[in-house]
Order: sequence, then C-alpha cells, then structure tokens
Amino acid sequence: MSTPASSGASPWSPPATAAAASAPPRESHWVKALPFIGPGVLFIIWDLAVRLGFIKAILLPMPADTIGTLLSGLAGGPLLTDFAVTVWRTLQAFLIAAIVGVPLGVLLGSNEKAYRSVEFLIDFFRSTPSSALIPLFLMIFGVSDVNKVAIAAFGALLIVVFNSAYGVMNARKQRVMAAKVMGASRWQIFRDVLVWESLQPTFVGLRSAVSMALVIVIVAEMFIGSDSGLGHRIINSQQVMNVKDMYASILAAGALGYALNILFLLAERRIVHWSGR
Amino acid sequence: MRTVDNVINGPVYADVPKPVFTPGPAGTHITIRGLTKYFAGWPLYENFDLDIPKQKIVSVFGPNGCGKSTLINMIAGLIPIDSGEILFDGKSLKDTKIGYVFQNYREAMFPWMRTIDNIAYPLKLEGRSKAEVDRRMQELVASFDVKFDLKRYPYELSGGQQQTASIMRALAPNPEVLFLDEPFSALDFEMTLFIREKLQEVFLQTGTTMLLVSHDLEEAVYLADQVLLLTKRPTKVAEILDYGDARPRTLETLSSASFVSMKKLSLEIFQREVRR
Repeated sequence: MSTPASSGASPWSPPATAAAASAPPRESHWVKALPFIGPGVLFIIWDLAVRLGFIKAILLPMPADTIGTLLSGLAGGPLLTDFAVTVWRTLQAFLIAAIVGVPLGVLLGSNEKAYRSVEFLIDFFRSTPSSALIPLFLMIFGVSDVNKVAIAAFGALLIVVFNSAYGVMNARKQRVMAAKVMGASRWQIFRDVLVWESLQPTFVGLRSAVSMALVIVIVAEMFIGSDSGLGHRIINSQQVMNVKDMYASILAAGALGYALNILFLLAERRIVHWSGR
Repeated sequence: MRTVDNVINGPVYADVPKPVFTPGPAGTHITIRGLTKYFAGWPLYENFDLDIPKQKIVSVFGPNGCGKSTLINMIAGLIPIDSGEILFDGKSLKDTKIGYVFQNYREAMFPWMRTIDNIAYPLKLEGRSKAEVDRRMQELVASFDVKFDLKRYPYELSGGQQQTASIMRALAPNPEVLFLDEPFSALDFEMTLFIREKLQEVFLQTGTTMLLVSHDLEEAVYLADQVLLLTKRPTKVAEILDYGDARPRTLETLSSASFVSMKKLSLEIFQREVRR
C-alpha cells in the first residue's frame, strides 16, 4: 500500500524515499508539492517588491506580466523566432562537439601516451573562458553566424574530449581483465568494454557541453554583431528599456537551459541504464 | 658461407647454463619453474617451483600479503611475471583455455549486457555459431539448475545470482583450468553454501582442474584435493597437504575426523608460518 506512494514521492533523494515508504500516503502528497514552494515564494516576493514600490516597475515588471509576455512571445511572436535561432545555433555547436569530441576522446583515452601529450593543451583551453577567445574567433571567422557556432563548438568540444578520454582511462580495470582472461583481443576489449565503460562519463561531458554551448551562443549573440537570437534580444530590449521583453527573454533562455539539461539526464538514464547500480 | 663465418666469429657470451626444465610427476597439469616476481624492488616470488595436478581442486592458503591472488593471477596471465616459465600440459597460456571467477562479481560482469549475453560472451569471442552458443547455454542452464531470469541485467540480480552467472560464464567455453579468486568472500553464508555445492557438482561432472584462493580455511579444505600452504614473502611453498575424503562431500564431512584433523594440521602449519 505504501510502496506506490513512495516510488513516485521523491525522486531527488533516496533516503527520503525510504522514509516515505513507512510514512502514511497523505504526507507523500505534501512531499510532491515541495518542488513548487521555492518558485512560488520567489513569485510572491517579486510581485510584492514591485507592487509595494521597493523596485520601480520601469526596472522590474510585474511577474504576471513578464510570464504573459513570455508565453505570448513563445506562442508565435518574434520571441519564438529568436528562441528557435538560439536553439538551432546551440544544437549545431553541440553536434559538432559531440561528433568530433566523443570519438577523439575515446581514442585519446585508449592510448594514454597520446592523451598525456595533449593533456596540457586540453586542460589549458578548457580552463580558458571561451568568451575570452571571441576576438580571436572574430579574426578567423569574421562577424558571421559561423563564428558563433564555431566558438561554442570549440568550448563544448574540449569538455567532451576530456570526459570521454577520462571515461576510457578510468574504465574498471577488472572488467578489462575479465575480457582479457576470456581471450579478447585488444580491439575486442576496446569495442566490448572500453567504449561502454566510457559511456557514462561521456554523457556527463555531453550534458556539460550543451550547457557550455548555450552560454557561449548567448554571449556571442550579445556581442558579435547579431540580428537574431535570445542574446541579441536580451541586450536589444535592455537598450530600449523594454524590460518586460528583456525579462521574458531571460526566462526563455533559462527555460531552454533547464530543458536541455533534463533532456540529457533522461537520455542518459535510458541509454546508460546500469549507471550507479 | 657468411652465416657460418658469422657464427664462428660471433660474439662470445659467458655461458650461463639455462636451468634444466624438470617436468613434474605424472598427472601434473600446470608446471611452474623459476617463477620470479618483484614488487617495488622486493622479491615476492623468487625461483618458485610448483606442480599443480590435473583434474584436482587445489586450494591456495597462506598469510596475508604472501601473494595468493598474485600467484593465480600470474598463472592466469593477468599479472606479468619477471622471469620463469609456466606451462599447461606443456603448452603456453596462449594455447590454453582458462576460466576466471573474480571476488568482485559486480565489477567482473558487463552491466550493459543481459546476464545471458554475459555468459555467452566468451563463446562469441571464440566465434562459435549461434546454434552452438544456444546449445551450450542450454547445457549450462540445465547443469546449474538456474532458477532466476537470465534475461535480466546483472545488476538486477542478487549477489549470489551474479556470482553464479559469472561462474557459468567462466565455465561456458569448457576451460581446461578454472581460477577462483576468493569467489565467496562477497557473499552471504547461505549463498556461499549454495555456490560451494554447485562448484563441487561441476567438478564431479567435468573434472576441470581448479585453483581456488580462499581466506577461509574451512572452505579451502572442504573443496580441496590438495591444500597448498604458502609462507610469508618472499613466498615459498610451506607444505602441500593431500586431502582425500570421498566426494561428494557433504555437511557431514565437515565434522568427520579426517576433515577435522586436516583442518587442524593446515592451521598449525599456517600459524607456524605466520609466526616465523
């Protein structure tokens, strides 16, 4: 009787699941509502702050108005176009990073000497804020759409390479030994063990990479002469003091980042079904 | 002509006589000669000789850190040796089919494959046809009397079921030698008893030579035809005890006089070596 309640109750913390299993079902309804409390409180504080005049409405619009602008904009207004452009650029950058980065990382990881020889470069440029490289990319690609995708792809690529390579290098030694003792060749060990072992870290890399790609695309849209995209829209509406549109665009960017993260988490749970077990 | 010249005027080496290879007594399966292995500059094994009999279960027992697992890992080719020779019926490891059961079954199975594919994996590596694989799998399932669903992933099974599956995987290609590295250590008592009986059954059916590392003396003696007791490092053979009680051994065996005295003798030698 208490089992179905516990299974849906609290996906965010296993200990709470165990506690909910013994708790009466009524409490689990309450527990289900917990994630909505934070946003609700923020909404109320925001509303009161504007309503009571702590912040001028010219700097911060009413939350209901902002969300209205967001929804109507995404329902087919110009906001939707910019949203779609940003999604498309982010996906292009991500796909380039993934298609080049995963095989490259897996290959480097399976040859530790090769990885050690480029480790410094990867670590250095991974630590360099990609936005600092925007001027460099401007010189190479000029003020173009390609530029925004290229720099985002570059930043995302290093994350993917790093994670996939370490995934292979940190493969459970015992699984490799098990394959070896069964008579697997080096290639068979690579194909049947190393690639699979690296999947979970690879997904971690892909998830961070898509976030990184989104960040850089938004920054690039703001500062590299652009006439479309969420970044362009945010900075433009700020300059003409169209705050409602600005906040709506910011929320849209946030929603996009959140949705991408969830999407990758779900895909990971699906594909790397053994992770954490 | 030139080759002859080369040989005649060839460089002269001080002739270090190669140690003469002396084969073990009749019925020997694995011959180890002059095995040497250093760890961090210290000898673990130095000029170690051992004969492991065919179609017997040999339990390896010894003080902590004497390299019980290292020994079977070197024989199984998982750890490289510094020098020496290990032959299986006169063949090298490369030409010998072996099976290996790890203590940590969780990290020995491949969680991305269903259990049945895990067990069939060594057969697929051998390039056997689907029909052959299926036939062998049916044989295995029947002889192990498997009661759980092999279509599940390993992580969906209990520890004992996973270890049963990894023993099935090790036995699938009909290995000449089966290595077991503390196969019961991660299992609860009930499962240990169950798998112990299974191993004995398999041994009675197939007569596969088995090398078992155990840290539980009762377990080591119960399954063994021969108890191999090792010294502290640098490791030598302290004693090899033959234990000949009839199989199948049962729970009654555990309280029989011959079992108790064998265990006592092993323990005495073990303690002598630990104190040395």
